[in-house]
Amino acid sequence: MNKYLISGNSVIAEAAIRAGCQCYFGYPITPQNELTEYMALHLSRKEGCTFIQAESEISAINMVYGASIAGARAMTSSSSPGISLKQEGISYLAACELPAVIVNMMRGGPGLGSISASQSDYFQATRGGGHGDYRTIVLSPASGQELADLTQRAFDLADNYRTPVIILGDGMLGQMMEPVEFHKEAPENLSTKSWALKGAKDRPSKIIKTFTSNPNELEEINWRLFRKYRLIEREEVDYETYMVEDAELIVIAYGIAARIAKGAIKKARAHNLKVGMLRPITLWPFPFKKIQEISKRVQYFFVFEMNMGQMIEDVQLALEGNGEISFYGRPGGVIPTPSEVFRILSRQYYQKGLNR
Amino acid sequence: MLIKTIFSGFGGQGVLSMGYNLSRAGMLEGKMTTYLPSYGAEVRGGTANCTVAISDEEIASPVASSPEFIIVMNQPSFIRFQNLLQSGGVFLVNSSLVNIETTRGDIEVVEVPATQLAEELGNTKVANMVMLGAFVKKSNLISIKTLIEGIKETLGKTKPALVDINKKALNTGYNLF
Amino acid sequence: MTIKTVYKRPKLLKERLFHYCPGCGHSVIHKLLCEVIDEMNLKERIVCIPPPGCSVFAYNYLDIDMAESAHGRGAAVATGIKRVSPETIVFTYQGDGDLSAIGTAETIHAANREEKITAIFVNNAVYGMTGGQMAPTTMIGQKTTTSPYGREVNKEGYPLKMSEILSVVEGTVYIERTAVNSPKNIKKTKKAISKAFQVQIDNLGFSMVEILSPCPTNWKMSPIESWHWVDKEMVKEFPLGVIKDRIKVKKC
Ligand SMILES: Cc1ncc(C[n+]2csc(CCOP(=O)(O)OP(=O)(O)O)c2C)c(N)n1
Ligand code: SF4
Repeated sequence: MNKYLISGNSVIAEAAIRAGCQCYFGYPITPQNELTEYMALHLSRKEGCTFIQAESEISAINMVYGASIAGARAMTSSSSPGISLKQEGISYLAACELPAVIVNMMRGGPGLGSISASQSDYFQATRGGGHGDYRTIVLSPASGQELADLTQRAFDLADNYRTPVIILGDGMLGQMMEPVEFHKEAPENLSTKSWALKGAKDRPSKIIKTFTSNPNELEEINWRLFRKYRLIEREEVDYETYMVEDAELIVIAYGIAARIAKGAIKKARAHNLKVGMLRPITLWPFPFKKIQEISKRVQYFFVFEMNMGQMIEDVQLALEGNGEISFYGRPGGVIPTPSEVFRILSRQYYQKGLNR
Repeated sequence: MLIKTIFSGFGGQGVLSMGYNLSRAGMLEGKMTTYLPSYGAEVRGGTANCTVAISDEEIASPVASSPEFIIVMNQPSFIRFQNLLQSGGVFLVNSSLVNIETTRGDIEVVEVPATQLAEELGNTKVANMVMLGAFVKKSNLISIKTLIEGIKETLGKTKPALVDINKKALNTGYNLF
Repeated sequence: MTIKTVYKRPKLLKERLFHYCPGCGHSVIHKLLCEVIDEMNLKERIVCIPPPGCSVFAYNYLDIDMAESAHGRGAAVATGIKRVSPETIVFTYQGDGDLSAIGTAETIHAANREEKITAIFVNNAVYGMTGGQMAPTTMIGQKTTTSPYGREVNKEGYPLKMSEILSVVEGTVYIERTAVNSPKNIKKTKKAISKAFQVQIDNLGFSMVEILSPCPTNWKMSPIESWHWVDKEMVKEFPLGVIKDRIKVKKC
């Protein structure tokens, strides 16, 4: 298979095209511009495909909503401030049970923040983000290769569960290049979508909507959504473990932070510190069960995020008061180094007396 | 083995292309590699830099907080990066355009008159390739053959007329020491 | 021999190096704003709303009060300030991506409410800050990173003329389109800015100066070429001059 050296943003775009994405709607924002630009170059002239640079992120997500109603595989991408604007549309997609893929290459916030990589949108992504009671599947890639693989998976999950799927990357993953292989040469023929609206030919007319003046009806819609979410929680949890078997201290980190943490753990192991890692790949659904299982043997957990502590709340929920958690975070788009994380890790390790 | 290198200079000096071609050659030799360009507002005002990591193992962070090698093509980059280099690191300086001396005694400074040599080859634009050739010899990270093959592939598609001069420039730099 | 000062650094321009690319129009416009604000003696009562865009760092250069807005929302933010504090002279500084794409709604509705604010609208036909993507003002056929094959009318539409659009909105009082690609045009721009501010001082309504401004970096031209391009190409699509002037009508 061919290896490519292209930016993470371009990897997502290429993988999306290979996954059969027919429509892309975007709006410029650093650090994800290469994705939009790749689509302008490679999707805009493809037979049956559409590329539009919208006048705003609000417009872009609503174009996705429309394309999804028409039965196409559609996606949009942005970075933190733009994702805030998309929340209204994501809420409607979730409510109408329409598939869509939304990429967030996170940058430092709040406000206009910085264009440097960050993980400050964990809450927004994993708690629905917009108004109303809903969830979106959230995938957290940590390498160029995973950007390719998870993009394919995002489209499949979106269609299977008829739900918006978020790929939660960051500016660093988007900008950097590393060798990547695409497992799919070209998009397969996708089946037509049963829900698509094209006109009531040979069938009764259909409606896609969320508004109802009857609270009981809305309650039933919410119950239906949550039956689906329970199913996703059962079926789709994904994570990676690294050297957990004999570990006394477990690092929990995702995305780019997990990658940095892995470097720190290698240093720790070189010093004979028994440290391992759990890396959630799906942030929602979150690997609660796996953490509980590990906590039967391990007492100490170390959460590392590039924010002031968001996923740590899910870890706390998972541990239900068992085990001890310490936290290290750098907000605002500062990129910590593996040596720095190793320093903090090893201090924790010795303070807890784990070396004895 | 994990080796990180920073390339820096004016936009237009081909700094990003040095890093990209090195990283790609690393990939062609089956190594792990990352390439991280500077981006956004950082590139306004005309400077550019990038970081390349090459390793036998997975690379934790593509950022270099204390790189083994730094290549500077102009004076502002010299000033900005000289203190970042790790102790014992190698500092490759485009001596045609940089005329100051380092204040550090714990690093190896290699002067490469890249712009002048490129001019002698008939095209100042290939100063970057002269420098890259010199770097390959100094660092021994990848083979010059892979690099030339790689550049033939990428440049051959877009600007085939320039393959020859780039190859010459790489060899000129490589054969300096 | 007597020495005569023919040019000096405007008082309100901070002593800092511009981060703008060589040949960029933003630096000229900043300088003009400093001069006008100083000459009209407005420093103590003026607030600027700079946008996300290359001019996001305008506060590094203009020594006046400034409050950053979200992308495109300048006119709404300015409305808030002006309504609370009518004595303050409030102006937005906005790029073409900011004012004519994501901020179209805010701009049109602020103008329609006859908000007593001023927009300094810098039209460089691209998104500068984010790396040269197509803007609503991009010329037909112009290549950008998101119109790599050149802007096509049937897919991307026509260059949007915000000044003309706003001229049919009742609440606008003064709209002029100028450029900063020659000494003559720079002088005219300065005059237009002071006129627009005067409209606000006189409490007449919404005023705007659209300034055609070179972006050599993203147009992939030398500064000189980019100045010529404004004359040769942009002016055809965006003719210079006063587009609307209702000052006299409003005054009586
Ligand atoms: C909601 C949101 N979307 C996107 C961006 C990214 N962004 C920053 S500036 C800008 C536009 C720049 O173009 P323009 O307004 O024409 O100003 P110029 O840089 O050319 O002066 C964009 C899209 C943002 N900051 N916020
Ligand atoms: S990119 Fe364009 S608008 Fe931005 S500073 Fe450079 S020349 Fe000016």
